[in-house]
Amino acid sequence: MAVHPSKFDWPKRYEQLAEKSTHPLIKHFYQSTISNGSLPISEVPLVALDFETTGLNFDKDDIVSVGLVPFNVRRIFCKHSQHWVVQPRQKLAEESIVIHGITHSEVSEAPDFTSIMEPLLDALQGKLIVVHFAPIERYFLFQALKARLGEGLEFAVIDTLELERRALKAKQGLLGRLLNTKLGSVRLADSRSRYSLPVYQNHNALNDAIATAELLQAQIAYHYRPDTPLSELIV
Amino acid sequence: MQAEHIDIAQFLKDHAPFDDLPDEAINKLASQVEIAYFRAGTQILNYGEDIADLYVIRTGAVEMYRRDGDLYNRLTIGGIFGQMGLLMNRKVRFPAKALEDTLVYCINVELFNQYCDQFDAFADFFEADGNVRLHQAIVEQADSNDLTTAKVKSLLHRDVVTVAKDATVQMVAQVMTQESVSSVLVTDADKPISDDPDDDDGQVVGIITDRDLRSSVIAKGLSYESHAQQIMQTDLLLLDSNAYVFEAVLAMLRDNIHHLPIVVKKKPIGVISLSDILRYESQSSLLLVRGILAQQSVEDLAHYARQLPNVFVRMVNEDANSHMIGTAMAVIGRTFKQRLLDLAEEQFGPPPVPYCFIALGSMARDEQLIVTDQDNAIILDNSFDESMHDDYFQKLADFVCDGLAECGYRYCDGEIMASFKKWRLTREQWQEQFAGWIAEPKPQALLHSSIFFDLDGVYGKTKWADELKRFIAKEGRSNKRFLANMAANARNRTPPLGFFKDFVLEHNGQHKRSMNLKRRGTAPLSDVIRVHALAIGSRKQNSFERLEDIIDAKLLPEGKAQDLRDALEYIAMIRIRHQAWQIEMLDEEPDNDLEPHLLSPFEQRNLKEAFAILDKAQNFLKFRYSANSGMK
Repeated sequence: MAVHPSKFDWPKRYEQLAEKSTHPLIKHFYQSTISNGSLPISEVPLVALDFETTGLNFDKDDIVSVGLVPFNVRRIFCKHSQHWVVQPRQKLAEESIVIHGITHSEVSEAPDFTSIMEPLLDALQGKLIVVHFAPIERYFLFQALKARLGEGLEFAVIDTLELERRALKAKQGLLGRLLNTKLGSVRLADSRSRYSLPVYQNHNALNDAIATAELLQAQIAYHYRPDTPLSELIV
Repeated sequence: MQAEHIDIAQFLKDHAPFDDLPDEAINKLASQVEIAYFRAGTQILNYGEDIADLYVIRTGAVEMYRRDGDLYNRLTIGGIFGQMGLLMNRKVRFPAKALEDTLVYCINVELFNQYCDQFDAFADFFEADGNVRLHQAIVEQADSNDLTTAKVKSLLHRDVVTVAKDATVQMVAQVMTQESVSSVLVTDADKPISDDPDDDDGQVVGIITDRDLRSSVIAKGLSYESHAQQIMQTDLLLLDSNAYVFEAVLAMLRDNIHHLPIVVKKKPIGVISLSDILRYESQSSLLLVRGILAQQSVEDLAHYARQLPNVFVRMVNEDANSHMIGTAMAVIGRTFKQRLLDLAEEQFGPPPVPYCFIALGSMARDEQLIVTDQDNAIILDNSFDESMHDDYFQKLADFVCDGLAECGYRYCDGEIMASFKKWRLTREQWQEQFAGWIAEPKPQALLHSSIFFDLDGVYGKTKWADELKRFIAKEGRSNKRFLANMAANARNRTPPLGFFKDFVLEHNGQHKRSMNLKRRGTAPLSDVIRVHALAIGSRKQNSFERLEDIIDAKLLPEGKAQDLRDALEYIAMIRIRHQAWQIEMLDEEPDNDLEPHLLSPFEQRNLKEAFAILDKAQNFLKFRYSANSGMK
C-alpha cells in the first residue's frame, strides 16, 4: 500500500496507471477520473463511499457491504445512492453484526463481490471519491479487485477524517502544539457533532456514506470556500 | 439491492404531514430526497429565484423573511418551507436563512405534486390546514410593522456574570449577592474553544438561579463546599439577542422558567429575568399608573382617565400582544380603584372593620380592554355588624363605583357592583355563597359564573381573595354536576358562524350588520377555558395562564389547548385592533361590533378558523363534562 504525500501528482499517476492496466473496467476508471488539482471544489462531482468489513485486519478481513451516494457541495443525491451486501471470505464477527445491523442470513444469501464490481466502478468513475478514514476503503477495494481481476485500484480521495484533523490542528494553534494539548476526536460521529449534524441510529455502509457526505459539506462550509482548489483537499 | 434510508424515513414518519403517509410512501420519499447543509447565517433561498423543492428541516433553525426584510416565520426541526413558492409560481416568496447550522431534506416538486394528488391529508396540510395558517398569522401579526417593538437585547443592562464549574456553592451565592443578580452562568475552562467565532459558546455549560440554591442546596442539606456543577441546570434554553421581548415572555411562560440567557450566535452576552420583562412591559403604562396615584380628587381622576385611550392605542401600535395589553389595562383599572378607595377612606375615615375590595370578570383575568363594565364586590371581616358598619361601606362603595363611572368604567348592567348590598358579604358568607353556587347550580348562579368565578383582590386584605380562589379551586374540581352546568353555560354563546362557515351577522343598534367579537368570540372562549381550569383546580385567572395549567395537566387531547390559545389571541387582537382603529382613525367610541367586510379576505379566513376552533371546543365540552359521564 503506497503512502500518498499530500502533494502527490495524481493526474500523472492516473496517466501511468491507465497505460499499465489491462482489465477494461480498471482502465476505464483511470481514464475517466477527476484529478485536476486546480478545479474549484464546487465544480467537482463527488461520491461518498463506505465499506463495512469483517474486521480491521488488512490481511485476514474482507468487505461485507458497500454503500455510496453521489453528491456535490450543494446537494446529496439519495436517489442515486447504492447499497450492496456481499459474501465475505472471512466469517462475520459478532460485533460487526451488532454494529452494522447485517445478519448472518443476509450475508449467507449475498452474492460474491464479483457481481458488484461493475456497478460499483461505474458509480465511482468520473467522480472524486470521499471517505472518512481513507486506508480502509483504499486497502480493501485494492485487495478485493486484485483477488478477482488480477489488478488492484489506486485512487485519489478526500478524507473527511484528515480534513477534521487539520481543522482541529489549526484550532489548537501554536501554543497548543507546544503544550501538546489533546486534539478532539476525529471519529465520524464526533466530527459531525461539531457541525450540529444529527446523530444517526443505523450504521450501515449507506448511512455512513451519507453521513460522510454531509460532513464534507459542513467542513467546506466552515473551513473552506466553494472555490477552494481540489489540490488543497485531496490526499 | 434497493437502497434503504432508514434514518431519513424514521425522521419523516415522526413529523407532519409525513406521519399520515403509508410506510411505502415514506420509504419512497426517503430514498428520493436530496440533502443539503447550511452553516448558520447563510442564505438558503433568495427572493424571486426559482424553487424546485419543498424543504424539511432535519436539524437546525431557519428564519424566513418578507421582501421588505421583516421576519415572517421562524422554523426549527421538522419545520417545512418553500411550499408557498411551489404552490404559487415556483419562485421563492419568502427568502430563507439558516439561523443555526441546518441540515435540510429537499423534496422535488414533481414528487411533491404527485404526493399532493395521491394523498388527501398530505395536500390538506399545505392547502387547508387552518390551525397552521392561523398560527402563522399570529406569528405574522406579532412580527409585522414592529419597528418600535423592543428586542430582548434592549433589556440587557449589564455584562454576563459567570462562575467556574468547580466553584463552591457558597462562592456562587457570594458572587450572586455581590453582583446583585438572581442567576449566574457556569463555565467550564476545559471545554474546547472553537476556532470559529460563530461557534464560540463562551465555554458555558450551565446556569444556577436563586431557585437552585434554595431547592438543590438548602432544601437538600447539601454541603456549602459542593461544586457549582453539581447543582447547575445543564439544558439551557437560549434566546437570540435579536428576538423580541414578547418571544422571551412566551419562552418563559411555556417552560415556566424565570431566567433566559441571551446569545449572540452561540455566545451568552447576558441573562434576562422575568422581573426585567415585567419592568419593560409596564413601562408604557407605568407613567400613567404613577399619574393616577398622584390625582387628588375624583374630578382630577376623571380628567386624567381621558388619556387611557391614547395609552391603549400606543400599545397596539407598539404591537404588544393581547396578554400584555390586557395586563396593562387591568393594572390601570386596578390603580383607579385603589386611588378611589384611598380617597374614600380619606373622606369617610378608616374602615370600622377590615375589608377587601375585589375585581371580577375580565379585569380579574387581566383581559380588560378599553370598553369595559365595572364588576366588583367587597369581602368583609367576619366581625362585620350590619347595623353598626353597613352605612360606612355603602358610602365607600358608592363613592368608588360612581368614581369609576366618571373615569369611563360603565356601571354594570347586571348590578354586580359593590354598591349593591348583596355583593358586600363577609368571608364566611362568601364561602357559603360559592359553596351554594357550586353545590346547587341554579340559573342565576350560572349567570354569575362567568363573572364571579374570575376574581382578584385589589385593595385591603387581598389575601382573602386568594383564600376564596383556593376554596373555589378545591370545591369546584371535585363536583361533577357543577362542572357539567358550567360546561352547559359555556356553550350558550355560540360563535357567529353559519352552517356553510360564513359569518352570521346581527343587527345591533347603529351597526347594521356586524358581529360582536366579545360576546361571540373572546367571552365564550374564556368561558370554555374557565371550565377546564375549574376541572383541574387551577387558581390562575388569566385565560392564557389557565391554558398553561391545562396543558401541564394534559387535560385535553394534544394540541387542543394550543389551538384555543391561538384562537383567543387572534380574536382578541382583531378586537383590540378594531377598537384602536375606532379611537385613532374614526374618533369614535370604541365598541366590540365588527363589520367583517372591513377585514381582508385573509383575515376573514383566519377569523373563521378561530371561530371554528371555538365551535369545536364547545362541542367537546358537551361530551367531556356531561353530568352522567365519569370524570377522571
